[in-house]
Amino acid sequence: MSVVDRQEWDVVVVGAGGAGLRAAIEARERGARTAVICKSLFGKAHTVMAEGGIAASMGNANSNDNWQVHFRDTMRGGKFLNQWRMAELHAQEAPDRVWELETWGALFDRTKDGRISQRNFGGHEYPRLAHVGDRTGLELIRTLQQKIVSLQQEDHKETGDYESRLKVYQECTVTRVLKDGSRVSGVFAYDRETGRFFVLEAPAVVIATGGIGKSFKVTSNSWEYTGDGHALALLAGAPLLNMEFVQFHPTGMVWPPSVKGILVTESVRGDGGVLRNSEGKRFMFEYIPDVFKEKYAQSEEEGDRWYEDPDNNRRPPELLPRDEVARAINSEVKAGRGSPHGGVFLDVSTRMPAEVIRRRLPSMYHQFKELADVDITAEPMEVGPTCHYVMGGIAVESDTAAARGVPGLFAAGEVAGGMHGSNRLGGNSLSDLLVFGRRAGWHAAEYATGLAADRPPVDEGQVDAAAAEALRPFSAEGAEPAVGPPENPYTLHQELQQAMNDLVGIIRREGEMEQALEKLADLRVRARRAGVEGHRQFNPGWHLALDLRNMLLVSECVARAALERTESRGGHTREDHPAMDREWRRINLLCQLTDPTGGLAATDPVRGQIDLTRETTDPIRADLLALFDKEELVKYLAEEELYE
Amino acid sequence: MSGYTAHFKVWRGDVKGGDLEDFKVEVNDGEVVLDIIHRLQATQAPDLAVRWNCKAGKCGSCSAEINGRPRLMCMTRMSVFTQDETITVTPLRAFPVVRDLVTNVGFNYQKAREVPAFVPPPDLGPGEYRMMQEDVDRSQEFRKCIECFLCQDTCHVVRDHEENKTAFAGPRFLMRVAELDMHPLDAAEESGLDRKKTAQDEHGLGYCNITKCCTEVCPEGIKITDNALIPLKERAVDRKYDPLVWLGSKIRRRSS
Repeated sequence: MSVVDRQEWDVVVVGAGGAGLRAAIEARERGARTAVICKSLFGKAHTVMAEGGIAASMGNANSNDNWQVHFRDTMRGGKFLNQWRMAELHAQEAPDRVWELETWGALFDRTKDGRISQRNFGGHEYPRLAHVGDRTGLELIRTLQQKIVSLQQEDHKETGDYESRLKVYQECTVTRVLKDGSRVSGVFAYDRETGRFFVLEAPAVVIATGGIGKSFKVTSNSWEYTGDGHALALLAGAPLLNMEFVQFHPTGMVWPPSVKGILVTESVRGDGGVLRNSEGKRFMFEYIPDVFKEKYAQSEEEGDRWYEDPDNNRRPPELLPRDEVARAINSEVKAGRGSPHGGVFLDVSTRMPAEVIRRRLPSMYHQFKELADVDITAEPMEVGPTCHYVMGGIAVESDTAAARGVPGLFAAGEVAGGMHGSNRLGGNSLSDLLVFGRRAGWHAAEYATGLAADRPPVDEGQVDAAAAEALRPFSAEGAEPAVGPPENPYTLHQELQQAMNDLVGIIRREGEMEQALEKLADLRVRARRAGVEGHRQFNPGWHLALDLRNMLLVSECVARAALERTESRGGHTREDHPAMDREWRRINLLCQLTDPTGGLAATDPVRGQIDLTRETTDPIRADLLALFDKEELVKYLAEEELYE
Repeated sequence: MSGYTAHFKVWRGDVKGGDLEDFKVEVNDGEVVLDIIHRLQATQAPDLAVRWNCKAGKCGSCSAEINGRPRLMCMTRMSVFTQDETITVTPLRAFPVVRDLVTNVGFNYQKAREVPAFVPPPDLGPGEYRMMQEDVDRSQEFRKCIECFLCQDTCHVVRDHEENKTAFAGPRFLMRVAELDMHPLDAAEESGLDRKKTAQDEHGLGYCNITKCCTEVCPEGIKITDNALIPLKERAVDRKYDPLVWLGSKIRRRSS
């Protein structure tokens, strides 16, 4: 075999969303020859779907805002499980990252005095989200895309070749990170269009592949979100952190069925939208948890006054962190107070004039009009929880974004864990992409440059093995005739999504998660027989068959970690352990591949492929703890932690 | 409308050629064309090639021609067709076919590279930018573009004229030039770059004869012709006479 095309780069970035592009820009600007590789066309990554905004304490809308307040909100949102150093860096650096986008041509909405406008969002104390209507993600990705093009234009001027220092391999999928001993040596990939295999040799690889939502049936995520980066890291020997924390966004569309799960931006609530049940009641006032009691309005009148006078009133509970709102909606529907299609009502029509709605929420107006025949300026929307984001991810060093235990591997964005703790605040994702995308690109470039001539070579055996693994679906029939006929990858995928949705979804129970692990074991065995028709050229059935490996690995991590954590916190709710437990705050759960050589023990259905270990978190630095009142800390921290 | 069986014709083939293939397929309440294509993949044609991503009209990946009209498959509801209507789905005509509904849209990425980037003002640092909302409104309209390339596909300058592709950037990238030209802080001119002139000389603005086909197919409702191309022509006219500018201003006056 091994007649696979090879190219040499300093840094390879896997994924071309916000984090990947920001990493690539940084690596290239620091002198590293950088390749970006992505499954979709350049500029189509899931980041385009981000709507609300980028959280950064620029203080344009309220001058009381600063990084300390942002840090505090982020820790509260994550229920103090956040990797606090990441939350600190994120809050400190976000404003610079936003201003930098302006110097690359971004056009944010403006304040009256010509600065970047900032809007309210759940869990943020002050208006903090830089935005462009409700299409902020598009602005972000387009700006980064155009910055990349501008760097390529500079390179073209100098070398005559647009791609001499920065190249985007679009519509290509990475299936393995290659290693030399413990160190990264490159990636193995195939071109989706032709089906051809190729190897990019590089000492540094940045994983920026986003999330895992496609393992769930109802999700706001696009087809790309199959947990590729999580799986690549696991297979390369890196641990995943706290995979039980999956965010269900409270407001996804619930009707018609074909659009179920598509996101309805939180800006709808930030700008004044309210949630009502079938009795017309604003039910969120019943669901304010104790830890947030002092910070939220106790009456509709106070909540309504807050939009105009935030200094003298408390915010309405519709703007609680997402996990709280999602659980509340779930409870209302369960109690029989839901809307006709199994959600609740989200209403702006009685709160703002039609013309204001169309101006501030143009995409939402468009989306409901076109897809559901609903005019949101005249009637309420029906919404319900949808799988939106995974807080868990590759365990990284806070400052460098380096993955633990695998020199040369870096991770940024949704695929990296730790930053958001047990629950992410809206708006903190786009800022996370920029802050840690930049850091990953920076440290990957530095690492690659530091190696000089001592570059890890690519091992032929690994390339052959990766090629054989990728070709397996074509020879599924007859390979193991004793075990059964080939399986349809689409059917396997649907069964996986149904199982994760029903058994490891928004509310979790021990018995159901054990059932999920059995189902995953069954699917794992069947997935080895996933067969495809046709040939290698742009064959979606084949692509899905390969993605299944990743979804099954990641789903097992989610289910195992969720079963282990016997408390409820943020994006992990156990019906059998409904309270948050201060002792669990100090515990991180790490998932690692059972077989350290990166092989898959798929034939053993019970043991599975994942080992789970507990780890004690680093104590939060004293000056950061001092930003909170003692009374608040008591709710989160264990006794021993308070003494120190 | 609840479940029924629809008749679909989907173009299948590759660079060597292909043909329309007939399918009978189930349709349910509230579905869009992309749902039906996915159902075909899952049940009848697992290797049917199609691009898609967000399924919410935000990424511009699932562009195709439905009954001959360039559209996003995810935003075309089945309820716009009658139940006995045959629905024909073909790949974008202006670009070379890769396989089935997937075309090679490299032309667009090449053109994107040829438009000089935003030039930041030399005297302002990050955080010092001040712009008024009314000054960014126009360029913001153009930045709503999701790069679905439907305008590039429908534009008759290149749709059936491969030979024009070298000289003509297409509506999307002429609009990009307009966006930068109207950007309140773009310092191209100070740096010696005349965007209006490059629109005319390098990106083929003169080929555009403002038939507004691009505006008609834009899923974002951007007024490409009226707000980007015609004003760009008007400003370029200082340097070069273009009879269409004169015509354009007449048409615009009539419609407003």
